[in-house]
Amino acid sequence: MTKFLAVCSTGLGSSFMVHMNIEKVLKELEIDGIEVDHTDLGSVAPSQADAVFVGRDIAEAASHLDDVVVLTSIIDLGELREKVRSAAERHGHTTS
Amino acid sequence: MDAVLDVFLDIFTQPAVIVALIALIGLSAQSKSFSDVLKGTVRTLVGFLVLAAGAGVVVGALNPFGEMFQTAFDVQGVVPNNEAIVAQALLEYGSTAALIFFFGMIVNIVLAATTRFKYIYLSGHVAFYIAAMFAVILSVAGFDTWAVILWGSIAQGIYMVVSPALVQPFMRQVTGTDDVALGHTGGAGIALSGWVARLTRGKGTSKSTEDITFPKGLGFLRDTTVIVALSMAIIYVIVGVFAGAGYIESELSAGQNFIVYLLLQAATFSAGVFIILAGVRVVLAEIVPAFKGISEKLVKNAKPALDVPIVFTFAPNAVLIGFIASFVGGIVGMLGMVALGTAIIIPGVVAHFMTGAASGVIGNAVGGRRGAVLGAFANGVAITFLPLFLLPVLGDMGLSNATFSDADYGVFGLALGGLSSAGGQVAIIVGILASLVALFVITVVMRLRDNRRIAAQPVEEPAV
Repeated sequence: MTKFLAVCSTGLGSSFMVHMNIEKVLKELEIDGIEVDHTDLGSVAPSQADAVFVGRDIAEAASHLDDVVVLTSIIDLGELREKVRSAAERHGHTTS
Repeated sequence: MDAVLDVFLDIFTQPAVIVALIALIGLSAQSKSFSDVLKGTVRTLVGFLVLAAGAGVVVGALNPFGEMFQTAFDVQGVVPNNEAIVAQALLEYGSTAALIFFFGMIVNIVLAATTRFKYIYLSGHVAFYIAAMFAVILSVAGFDTWAVILWGSIAQGIYMVVSPALVQPFMRQVTGTDDVALGHTGGAGIALSGWVARLTRGKGTSKSTEDITFPKGLGFLRDTTVIVALSMAIIYVIVGVFAGAGYIESELSAGQNFIVYLLLQAATFSAGVFIILAGVRVVLAEIVPAFKGISEKLVKNAKPALDVPIVFTFAPNAVLIGFIASFVGGIVGMLGMVALGTAIIIPGVVAHFMTGAASGVIGNAVGGRRGAVLGAFANGVAITFLPLFLLPVLGDMGLSNATFSDADYGVFGLALGGLSSAGGQVAIIVGILASLVALFVITVVMRLRDNRRIAAQPVEEPAV
């Protein structure tokens, strides 16, 4: 199963919001088989997820992780939809 | 019969059970499958126990700190750290706090649906912390448990729409829309930053912080575990040097070298915060989506009030400038306390980072670099003095070595505490009801103004 992870500095607030928005977008795009979760920068390790979503302010701190997707604005659903779509395609999911 | 009742009470006075039941309701409300409901409920139960275990670790690391501080400077030293104080508060007031959190969400939805304050407060972690503070203050004021829950929930709901409303005029300047709000317990301090930036703006000639190029390599500041451990290590070692190696090795560390001991205590503090955050994450994961789902169905044009990092991406330089300016404000405030001989509030790095950074972004949007620096500095001073004034309001909790860190705890906690000392329980009830009425009065006034504006419009248009 593919896993997407949203990450922020405490793993409580904004990463949780991105997590819920990724799930919303996946549902809209009718993509199945992707598990979504959120966590903090301190406990995330490389290869823990197939793609990691972060805001651009913590892009540098997350650069050691695999397939980091940097969001220019973490509240922009349009941007998230495109980036989730291409991340899903990269990991072998067909999108409509 | 009494035996049955006792077992019943044993179960339902356990905060972990209450939180698990709330998750059960939340998951059922989302019509999840049986296995998801079971999984989520058990995870929440365990998550709360993880949180409580983290409290023990944090308290264990803070106790020697308090003793050292007392020995070194002969006054109480207090670390403002939300996780540390909330975890302690939950040990005593966990069930009431959980219920205030839950019913507060319902009050939030009702207020968002019926007033102009369309904010849905989605930062569950800080909402949970505020609920814990209300539980403590109302209990200290002498209310019965049911009354603590009743008035606490109403106060919580009011808080959840008022705090985002304070920041919203400035959020509009940052995001350029009115669709998203800021939901964080730093709200009052961040709004203060906006006001300070506006007052000091002058001709508005100060350039944006985003025209500055900053050196890279400060990314580690975003890792809470690292930053808490490092900053606590510095604080522990400074205090430890003043307390003296001899004192520490004979009284506290059982002979272990004092520097090794201090570094390990600082790391243990960070470990405790790490555990608490893990517990909070698990607890919220099952409850917040239900709140979000229900509010989206019930409230038209709802504005989600979200955690502070949502503004960080708008001005990454202001994040750093705001943190530094706020921290300097915290140090200046601390030196003021040393001069005055009060208990000493040590600058909490996490609070200065989160709320200082947001203050910087808001200040920059209103008044450029000058606004970012002065606004965040004002926030830093505020979140140093507010916790000091809050200490007496918290009763026995005020005597522990940790306290609430952000501005809203101070502002809203002092409001309730002030009412309590002015007129006891009656004043608190009157104050809460008056705030509730005020929200509806503002709604009516604004609606009338809008109607007048719409009615006046055709007259203003030139006749064809």
